[in-house]
Amino acid sequence: MNVLDLRHRASTGAIALGYRLIVVIAIGVALSFASDAFLTPTNILNVLRQAALLFLIASGLTLVILTAGLDLSVAANLGLAACVAASALKATGSPVVGVLTGIACGVGVGFANGLLVTALRLPPFIATYGMLWVLHGLSYYYMAGETIYGFSPGFREIGSGYLVGVPIPIYLMFVFLAIGWFFTQRTTWGQEIYAIGANPVAARLSGIPVQRRLLLVYTLSGGMAGLAALVYLARLNSAEADIGEPLLLPAIAACLIGGASLFGGVGTISGTLIGALILTLVLNGMNLLEVSANWQPFVTGAIVLAGVGIDMLTRRRAEEKH
Amino acid sequence: MHDAMASIADARGQNFAARLRGVPGVAIILVLLVVVFGLTSRHFASEANLLNVAMQTTILLMIALPMTLVILSEGLDISLGAVLTLCNVVLALMLVRGAGLAGALAASLVVGGAFGLANGALVSLAKMPPFVATLGTLGIAQGLALVLTDGQSVVGLGDAIESIASGRVLGVPIPLAFAIGSYGLTHWLLYHTRFGTYVFAIGGNREALVLAGVRVNLHHIGIYVFAGLMAGLAALLLTARMSSGHPTAAIGMEFDAIVAVAVGGTSFERGEGWLFGTVLGVLAVGVLRNGLNLLGVPSSLQVVSIGVLVMVALLIDGFRKRR
Repeated sequence: MNVLDLRHRASTGAIALGYRLIVVIAIGVALSFASDAFLTPTNILNVLRQAALLFLIASGLTLVILTAGLDLSVAANLGLAACVAASALKATGSPVVGVLTGIACGVGVGFANGLLVTALRLPPFIATYGMLWVLHGLSYYYMAGETIYGFSPGFREIGSGYLVGVPIPIYLMFVFLAIGWFFTQRTTWGQEIYAIGANPVAARLSGIPVQRRLLLVYTLSGGMAGLAALVYLARLNSAEADIGEPLLLPAIAACLIGGASLFGGVGTISGTLIGALILTLVLNGMNLLEVSANWQPFVTGAIVLAGVGIDMLTRRRAEEKH
Repeated sequence: MHDAMASIADARGQNFAARLRGVPGVAIILVLLVVVFGLTSRHFASEANLLNVAMQTTILLMIALPMTLVILSEGLDISLGAVLTLCNVVLALMLVRGAGLAGALAASLVVGGAFGLANGALVSLAKMPPFVATLGTLGIAQGLALVLTDGQSVVGLGDAIESIASGRVLGVPIPLAFAIGSYGLTHWLLYHTRFGTYVFAIGGNREALVLAGVRVNLHHIGIYVFAGLMAGLAALLLTARMSSGHPTAAIGMEFDAIVAVAVGGTSFERGEGWLFGTVLGVLAVGVLRNGLNLLGVPSSLQVVSIGVLVMVALLIDGFRKRR
């Protein structure tokens, strides 16, 4: 991949990011007219905190999508990691053990996904879709219908604590935005991930260890799911078997409306952050306007389709230009 | 002398291996499952239980048959479980409002067909990757089922629907008649119509079809519409069996269907497959669930074992191809 290509990509990327920021502002303005409760500091911080959780899951998923793969197991992985971490927290009372257990669970599952895709050469969506149901079954079996609740205040800080009036998850969001940006834009490995997604054959021929990078990407996605599980757990202060289920569609939607292309090689971590913001704003707005939560799967499903539609249109337009 | 013996033994081994390779993997898996459960559970091999397996797997079969066509066309439809659920809810609501069996079934078929049409249009016309397009419609169907029922069960459907689950036509239990009819219809469509030929061709070489002047989009959309209609029809049996409508009734059933198709030997990538293999795959999934049930394994772990089943099937498949 030559330098000009990268520059061209960076500049069109900045324009696309600008469009998405305008969408965020437009939704924000519309909501502040529609509801008095929207433009209050509490609600804005609440939106950002929810967006932070979504961003943590979606950022790992973005790396997978950049390689033209998909991880349909992220939400189920989050669910299992939350359940396992919850019981570890209860058993030991130590936040450190709980955090390590949750992340280890997420990383382990991600690594397994990576092996299915690289060693067994399964199509990513089949492998991770199978993994989704396996994890789902394991969570239900593990929890046996129970709810684990009431964790130590020290652990709960991760999800519901404040630092200088700002919720901790928001700091986590910016920290991982910085790490994600640096990793994807400023390291060789990050650039190799783009190259694999853009053209796997060319990537392999130019000496990139494709299988190892894919393994890394799925493992990272699992690890981020594990981390998000901890934030979610600390926020909810309770864990049930189905805790992760409602997060799959929003996570994929955040990546897609953030500009990540399912065909690989296109997308950024900052785009995904904006995608997470747009989605959270929509869901928050529905909440404020007292639309039943039953509508959420419908709306996120429609947003996923819209996201893919936009992706298809931009691709077609780019192909026509060349 | 010793060498000669060894080579004869070798040749015999190869002969046996060659013959074994001719047997589809799914048949081996099914026989193994039946033997294992026959030995470990006293109730498994009873006539009543085996009939039970056949009845229980009918709904799965009615989803897995069209799923085979979808996968043959290099597609995937993960919305089918949610669409079946929505059809179940619609059917139940129509019955409660006194629409009558025929009216309720018609509504269910319309809903299923509409989702099929949407899926087909997204995949064929808009060229979206099938798993993401159908993931989007999955969300929409699931959301509609929740909104229509407000998350509650729909009960009080009357007697007419229940008679379907227990009734017989010409001495054959109605669910079994549905299974046979569905297989017959799908078999005819796939192997005896031009549409069926195009199903294989869309998966193998779509471009060639386009160049040959075939109206590919029409047939491609038709595959998904067929799947949606089958879900609408299967909803009748599902509703009859549960005597109710529920917003999570068949969520995730598409996974069992995809596993059945994969275990049955249909490839995800090359437009190669075998419809009767799907029947065997459905039976393998049904026997596995039933056998584990009899052994007291909770349904949560059954899902895990089904995931393992598909891994084993794919491994056998990959191993055979490599040789």
